[in-house]
Amino acid sequence: MARAVSTRRTAVFTIAAWIVALIIFFPILYTIVTSFKSETEAIKGFNLIPSGTVESYAAVQAQSNYFKFFLNSVVISVGSTLLALALAIPAAWSMAFSPTRRTKDILMWMLSTKMMPAVAVLVPIYLIFRDTGLLDTRFGLTVMLTLINLPIVVWMLYTYFREIPGEILEAARMDGAGLLQEIVHVLTPMAVPGIASTLLLNIILAWNESFWTIRLTTTNAAPLTAFIASFSSPQGLFWAKLSAASTLAIAPILIMGWFSQKQLVRGLTFGAVK
Amino acid sequence: MGKIILNKVNKSFGATQVIPGIDLAIEDGEFVVFVGPSGCGKSTLLRLIAGLEDTTSGTIEIDGKDVTSAAPAKRGLAMVFQSYALYPHMTVRNNIAFPLKMAKTDPAIIEKKVTEAARVLNLTNYLERRPGQLSGGQRQRVAIGRAIVREPSAFLFDEPLSNLDAALRGTMRLEISELHHQLRTTMIYVTHDQVEAMTMADKIVVLNAGNIEQVGSPMELYNRPANLFVAGFIGSPRMNFVTGEAAKPWNAPTAGIRPEHIRLSKEAGTWKGVVGVAEHLGSDTFLHVNVEGVGTMTVRTDGDFVVTHGDTVYLTPDENRIHRFDDKGLAIR
Repeated sequence: MARAVSTRRTAVFTIAAWIVALIIFFPILYTIVTSFKSETEAIKGFNLIPSGTVESYAAVQAQSNYFKFFLNSVVISVGSTLLALALAIPAAWSMAFSPTRRTKDILMWMLSTKMMPAVAVLVPIYLIFRDTGLLDTRFGLTVMLTLINLPIVVWMLYTYFREIPGEILEAARMDGAGLLQEIVHVLTPMAVPGIASTLLLNIILAWNESFWTIRLTTTNAAPLTAFIASFSSPQGLFWAKLSAASTLAIAPILIMGWFSQKQLVRGLTFGAVK
Repeated sequence: MGKIILNKVNKSFGATQVIPGIDLAIEDGEFVVFVGPSGCGKSTLLRLIAGLEDTTSGTIEIDGKDVTSAAPAKRGLAMVFQSYALYPHMTVRNNIAFPLKMAKTDPAIIEKKVTEAARVLNLTNYLERRPGQLSGGQRQRVAIGRAIVREPSAFLFDEPLSNLDAALRGTMRLEISELHHQLRTTMIYVTHDQVEAMTMADKIVVLNAGNIEQVGSPMELYNRPANLFVAGFIGSPRMNFVTGEAAKPWNAPTAGIRPEHIRLSKEAGTWKGVVGVAEHLGSDTFLHVNVEGVGTMTVRTDGDFVVTHGDTVYLTPDENRIHRFDDKGLAIR
C-alpha cells in the first residue's frame, strides 16, 4: 500500500517536473521551430508544425557572415574566461587560505558590484572605451567581460578552495614548494572540478552577455548576441530570420552545455552536501 | 645535524597570547615529545618551529642559524601532519618524490630515493596507487616516506597517530621509534597521549597553557614530577592526590600517590575503603576505592586479586613513593 502511494507520488512529481521543464524550454523550442518556417508562416500565428524550409538560414548567412560573429563570440568568451581565471585563482587562494578580518567584506563588496544596474555606468565606460580606442575591439570586450564576471568567478573559486584542507598546502610549503608551485602543482589540480565548472559557467555567461557586447561593438568585434540583434530592427520584424539567427547563436553554447552538464552540476553542488 | 634552540619564543593571535615566551634546547638526534592537554599550545609551538606560523617575538635557531624569519622550506625540516596531508591527485610515488622534485633533484636520484623509502616503509607494492586507495596506516607511512626522502635535519610530527585505531596506533608507534633508531635524526613529536610520550620519547616537554611545566626523560617525569600538573598528567591511571587532614602524615598540603604504589589487602592497612568500579584489564585491575575522609583512590592491582563492587579493602601507600606538593602545587623535595 505504502509502495503504491509512493509510486503514484513519484509519478505525479515526474509529470510536474516535465511540465515545468517544458514551460522553461518552450521559448527555445518555439524559436527553433520558427526558424524552419517561411516568413509568411511565421507571422500567421501560433503553429508548432513548420514547413521545414531552411530559407531563413540561407538568408541569414547571405546577409551577414555568421562565422565572423561566431569567431568573435569564441574569442571574447573564452578569452575573458581565461583572463578571469588567471586573476581569480590567486585572489580566491589568498582569501581562502590567508583570510583577514576584511576578507568577508571584500567578497561582499565584489558581489555588490553585480547588484548595480549596468546602464548606470554605460556613459563613463563608453567614453573610456572611445577615448582609449577600445570600442569595437575584441580586446576591449574581453577585458570588459572579464571584469563583469570576475566577482562571480572569485566567489565560486573561493567556495571550492575553502573545501581543500589547508594542511595539504602547508605540506607543500614544507616540501619546498614556492607560492607559484603550490598553486600550480597542488591547489589547481585538486580544484580541477571546481575550476572546470567555473570555466564552463563563465563561458556561458560571457557568451550570452548582450548589454555590453551590443553597445561597445559595431562590426569588427561584434559577437553572436549582436548578430541576433542585427536582425531585429531596420527592416521590420522578420520572425523566421530572427529565429534562425537566434538558433545559430545559441546552438554552440547549447551543445557545449549538453556535453558538460555532468561537470557543471557536479561543480555547482560541490561542497553543498559535505 | 639537528640541534634546535628556542629563545623566549612568544606567539600571540591578536590579543590572545598562546605561547608566553618559551626557552628550550633540543639536542641533535633526540626524540622530543611535546605533550599536554588540548589547547595547551603544543601544536602552535611545533608550527612555529616549522615556520608555518610567525613568531611574535623571540628567536628560533636550527644548527646555529637563526631561522626565525626563514620560509618553512628553508629550515631543512620535514613535517608529518595529523591528517597525513597527502596530495590526493598524485600517486604514492609522486607524493614521496614531490619534495625532491621541488628541490630539482636529478630524476635518477629521485627514483633511487623513492624506491629506498618505499622499501623501508613497506610501500613498494603501492607506489602506483593514489592516497584514496590506501588504509590509514599506509597513508601515514607515505607521509613519513615523503619526509624521509628529504633527509631533513629534524622531523616534526603533529599528532600523527590520532586518526588511527588503537591497534594500528601501537604498531605505528613502534615503527616510528624504530625509524628514529635507524636514522638517529632529531624528531619532535606532538601528542596529547601521555602513553605515546612515555613510550617514544628521549625527552618529554610537558606544556600547559603555553608554558613549559617540566622537561625531562620519561622516568624523570614519572619519578620526580615538578608540580601537581605534571604529576597528574604523566602516568596512567593518573596519580591520586590527598589533601587536608589525610595529607598531614606527610607534612604537606597535598600528597600524591600513584595507583601502582598502593598495596591492597583484605585484612589490614592504612585506609579502609569500599570498592566502587573495578576495571579488569587481564594482567592488571584498576580499582576505584571510596575511602572515607580521603576520597576516591585508584589502585592498580594484580589481575588475579579478586574483589567485587561493595567489598571492603585496606589500602597502604608505599612511604618511599609519596610525592609532596606545597600550597602553590610545586613539588617539595
